Amino acid sequence: MATGELNPNHFPARRAAKVVQHYLNTRYGSPYRLFGLEEVLSATAEDVDDTGRRYHLQISAHEIISNRKQKCSAEVFFPRGEPTQPAEVKASCEELLQNTTAQEEALYQRYKGNHSLLSAQYIPDSQGNIEPDMMPFWHLSIAASSFIMLNESTENTLYNMAQVAQITQLETESDELKFDSLMLLHDMVSQEILHWKLLFTWSPAGGVKVQQMKQIPKPHH
Amino acid sequence: MESKDISYFTMVDDLQAVLDEEQKEMELSACAQKPLNTESFNYSRYHTLSEIYSFQDMLAAENPNLVTNLVIGQSYKGRPLNVLKFSTGGTNRRAIWIDTGIHAREWITPASGIWFAKKIVTDYGRDPILTDILNSMDIFLEIVINPDGYEYTHSTNRLWRKNRKLNPRTNCVGVDLNRNWDSGFGTRGASSNPCSETYHGPRAHSESEVKSIMDFVKTHGNIKAFISIHSYSQLLMYPYGYTRNPAKDQAELDRLARKAVTDLGSLYGTHYRYGSIISTIYQSSGGSIDWAYDQGIKYSYTFELRDTGRHGFLLPSSQIVPTSEETWLALRTIMDHTLKDPY
Repeated sequence: MATGELNPNHFPARRAAKVVQHYLNTRYGSPYRLFGLEEVLSATAEDVDDTGRRYHLQISAHEIISNRKQKCSAEVFFPRGEPTQPAEVKASCEELLQNTTAQEEALYQRYKGNHSLLSAQYIPDSQGNIEPDMMPFWHLSIAASSFIMLNESTENTLYNMAQVAQITQLETESDELKFDSLMLLHDMVSQEILHWKLLFTWSPAGGVKVQQMKQIPKPHH
Repeated sequence: MESKDISYFTMVDDLQAVLDEEQKEMELSACAQKPLNTESFNYSRYHTLSEIYSFQDMLAAENPNLVTNLVIGQSYKGRPLNVLKFSTGGTNRRAIWIDTGIHAREWITPASGIWFAKKIVTDYGRDPILTDILNSMDIFLEIVINPDGYEYTHSTNRLWRKNRKLNPRTNCVGVDLNRNWDSGFGTRGASSNPCSETYHGPRAHSESEVKSIMDFVKTHGNIKAFISIHSYSQLLMYPYGYTRNPAKDQAELDRLARKAVTDLGSLYGTHYRYGSIISTIYQSSGGSIDWAYDQGIKYSYTFELRDTGRHGFLLPSSQIVPTSEETWLALRTIMDHTLKDPY
């Protein structure tokens, strides 16, 4: 693996930068806020004794819903050894944290009533389309899936959300909205589609919290 | 009923008339959905395999002096493998090969292929660059390399990648058609596990979808550019994927790639990265453009179209036309360069 200055257009820097995207979405993602990786501006990498490898990155992050971009600095540490530990990320892109409270509150109130619980499949659909009502839940699903993607990312993976196979709102006594879901994730490097069951909650105040995540085997035929 | 003193009331005066009207409406709406020609074809929607086959037939029928619909082989399940030939004459002219739909779930690629086909017939005689190209060279366009896989993404699993070959002694189906070529076949960058998405298959060009192209290209013998279109990631790449050794024409391929992505980006600002496969995305062996390059086809390129992961394979159909329009500019740049380099 390359050490020192990395070509920002080549895959090692890109893969590390993608992990920063997942990290930002776990911290700040919501039905109305989602981050994408725009560009890697510069990158270096160094081995940290035998413990792992650290990347220093300058990236251009993109807050997709408000369509704003910002340069961010980030560090990603991939630990070595068995069993594989998740990557550790430090990053800050505070300028992109626009106030989304009003929209989030309105969505929360609408679905808190528990009168008709949300249930949907295949978002986006085969044509890539998403019902306007479902858009916030697609964003929320990506944010929640980012916990999985962050946890599973290594220097040999590049994860993106492929599709929400199923999302069902569950009744709950607590303040948060609660969802059971089946998420389909795509790893560009292996080209595999990974199936993950994800139980998570969300509220404007609490953000996204994952309660359970479990990979399930994919059908082979 | 009146004679028996049974009271009644009429709900429908003339049921036959209602049924006739309903039948007429159904026929009309069925006709409205099926395009009669390539002018009324909906380019902003992803199409079924049979709709693509119809499109190819219609395009050839409408443009008999320019377009021929060839059959170069059969898929695993016996479906025709069609290639559209665009030619203004001559015999075995220097030619350009373009393919889409090698990986089933990459729907934006055959959708763009359809758009390119229409663009070629529309712009011949109008766009000086394309007209010059077609006056000296032929273009071959295979829109769906993997019809069995594509059909499967409509009927069963939208995220299927490989073909639908039944592998012996396992439930796992399919071979990755872009790991099956004879270019570093079976080396690092492909899987020997039939359950893997990058399974290379039992032998190089074991798959009819691959062998038919290989045979066609070798028999033709005069192909000068080979462009394979995939999605997603917004990349334009040149050989190699199977080795770190640089292609001997790397400097020229890199310069041309830079020009092509600049032209692509000029339309909607879409940003593409470019470079060799192995440094830009990953090591991959048995790929088509590595094979083509090692056959002596200098201008061998692979595209990864929109987007960079937000929608991934499920790119909204509203992006089909913009994606096709911008990609066309890059394709035209590569074809134009090929025209002007009579190697």
